[in-house]
Amino acid sequence: MKLNRLRTFMLGAATAAMTMAAGAGGASAVEIEYWQYFFEARVDAMDKLIENFEAANPDITVKMTHFPYDSYRTKVAAAIPAGQGPDVVQLFYGWLNDYVEAELIQPLPADTFPPEKIEEEFFPMVKAMRMGDSYWALPTAVRSLALFYNERMFEEAGIENPPANLDELVETAKKLTKKDGAGNLTAVGLTTGMTAQDHHWIREVLIRQFGGEPYLDDYKKVNYNNEAGLKAFGFYNDLQAKHGVTKAAFMDEPQAAFKAGRAGMHIDGSFRIGALESVRGLKWGVAELPAGPDGTKSNYSSYWVNAITSKAEGEKFDAAVKFMEYLTSDEAMQIWLETVGELPAKPSAAMTDENINHPVYGPFIKGLEYAKTTVFANESAQRQAMVDMMQRIELQGQALEESVAQAAEEEQKVLDEYYKK
Amino acid sequence: MRFYNNLTISQKQIVWAWIFLALPVLFYVVIRFYPTANAFVLSFQEWNLLGDRKYVGLENYAKLFSDPVFWKVFKNTFLYLILGTPISLVLSFIIAYHLDKVRFMHGTIRALYFLPFMTSAVAMAWVWRWFYQPVPIGVFNNFLASFGISQIEFLSSTTNALPSVLACAVWAGLGFQVIIFMAGLRAIPQSYYEAARIDGVSTWTVLSEITIPLLKPTIVFLVVFSSIGFLRIFDQVFNMTTNNPGGPLNSTKPLVLLIYDTAFNGFNMGYAAAQTVVLFTILLVVSLIQLRLLKDS
Repeated sequence: MKLNRLRTFMLGAATAAMTMAAGAGGASAVEIEYWQYFFEARVDAMDKLIENFEAANPDITVKMTHFPYDSYRTKVAAAIPAGQGPDVVQLFYGWLNDYVEAELIQPLPADTFPPEKIEEEFFPMVKAMRMGDSYWALPTAVRSLALFYNERMFEEAGIENPPANLDELVETAKKLTKKDGAGNLTAVGLTTGMTAQDHHWIREVLIRQFGGEPYLDDYKKVNYNNEAGLKAFGFYNDLQAKHGVTKAAFMDEPQAAFKAGRAGMHIDGSFRIGALESVRGLKWGVAELPAGPDGTKSNYSSYWVNAITSKAEGEKFDAAVKFMEYLTSDEAMQIWLETVGELPAKPSAAMTDENINHPVYGPFIKGLEYAKTTVFANESAQRQAMVDMMQRIELQGQALEESVAQAAEEEQKVLDEYYKK
Repeated sequence: MRFYNNLTISQKQIVWAWIFLALPVLFYVVIRFYPTANAFVLSFQEWNLLGDRKYVGLENYAKLFSDPVFWKVFKNTFLYLILGTPISLVLSFIIAYHLDKVRFMHGTIRALYFLPFMTSAVAMAWVWRWFYQPVPIGVFNNFLASFGISQIEFLSSTTNALPSVLACAVWAGLGFQVIIFMAGLRAIPQSYYEAARIDGVSTWTVLSEITIPLLKPTIVFLVVFSSIGFLRIFDQVFNMTTNNPGGPLNSTKPLVLLIYDTAFNGFNMGYAAAQTVVLFTILLVVSLIQLRLLKDS
């Protein structure tokens, strides 16, 4: 921090000296600051975007600063109210409420970002970034879920196509499961682990596919302690309890089992692509999530967004708006896809023939059309309710109905506590 | 300057002492005492790291004491202490006592015992975590399975998980305790043992009448030190259960992990500060009781 301040000071001093040397002549350049948390591919992608943006806008320079993920939020919170820090900031979609309430960000100007136009251009789940009449933040890229499958294991078991619906999912998984002489699982048909992506799969996909709606009232009321919810959790629980095609936390982590070639199928996010590509000897394919009993398709999408902070004023604000415009352009989205592997947030950039027919990105991108975004109050606590639900059934023999009811109650408590403020 | 010249030598010494002390004192005030005091204040407030702090009185504490998870965590924390401290002390004493008598490759064996203490807790916890896994990867279960014995659920059982995590923590701290015990043993004058031998006293009496009483300062230090360690256990638990921190069903969650979760996942800083104050109080009380009990009467 100290070093940074020193650097800022030196930079400021140098700029001042240069401006003076240049005399009162030409217009001085505007410098805006951009902050994000550190993740190598994201920083690389942003470097490219900044380079392109600066080439197109020679009078604006963008300075990027990044921090480790754990200290990111604290730094943002401390800097902006003090008039320091970023003009454009990256945040997780789930933090929007907190940032708006703390007055850290300001709404995007309606003349450049008219809400109707955004709703027309972006994928529907981006609506979560609208509060009242204006949008407060917009993503460059989004993530969705898909079914990864092990091509070698499919071949061995004589399976030709990945499962298209939930019944096929169970049947396919049965064929892929392997056991040793003592009945111990040595390869699972499908990985499960509520702590990985499964809680998203249940919430936004399975519950909807069994005819339910996971939450009511803008995600403020839990709505899965009912027939649809019980069917969804029942289906999930049966995978292990009845069909024996999986074991929660098999090989410690679902993605580890899949990477090791000990899992036939694995549901995960598009952010896993990079990690799987670097695994030697693993042949894998991607398919859309299996459809529900009545053909319903659904998906879960999460994303990071960029917003203009309340600190940006005057010419910095104008520059920040321009930068935001670039960050939400088709060009920026394509660069982000190629560098980070995250999917474009607009159909115009995502649904190109090349992207949609891409063997890896294609299924994820198709999922975006019908994806939903959960508005979390406290994602880790809400996830915990579901983790505990399944563990009560598995480890303590609690009845499904009872466990679902208890989880719904626990999660509702988390929501109530958050929204009472 | 005249004021200084008028001081006596001893007063001047005091002035200089304080000048040299000023830096550490300042350091402690800014780095330790101010944040501690701030945490106490924060425990009566509500704050999500962004925005303003808001006074809520005793609400955080009321919420804490009526939360069943807190009591579960409270119990776990004391389980770590009550199981961990005696087991690790007895083990390390036995090892040190016998190692002290070994001449053959003494240095190498001692280094081997000390090695885990120098290893990063994170790396160690992950290795143990893999040891504990069920069949295709876990060493322990593969071993059992090769003899046709049914698998043991280590980390995925509500009853076995806490002892499993604790075993790793005890093992990690053993090296340090062995070294301290050995230093204590070496400090006992040989003449006592010689006198005992001349009197023809049994080995057991030597141990209970000479060795252990004279080791008391060492034991007091280690009891207090390791108690604080077990009450603050975090690394091992967090790394062995990262997917479901403190699980399954909160059966391994210690207080520090609860604080971490409240603060940095829930962004509920006031509530986390209240938990911290409770932890602070527990540490203080336990340490004071131990010092009182083990003090020379």
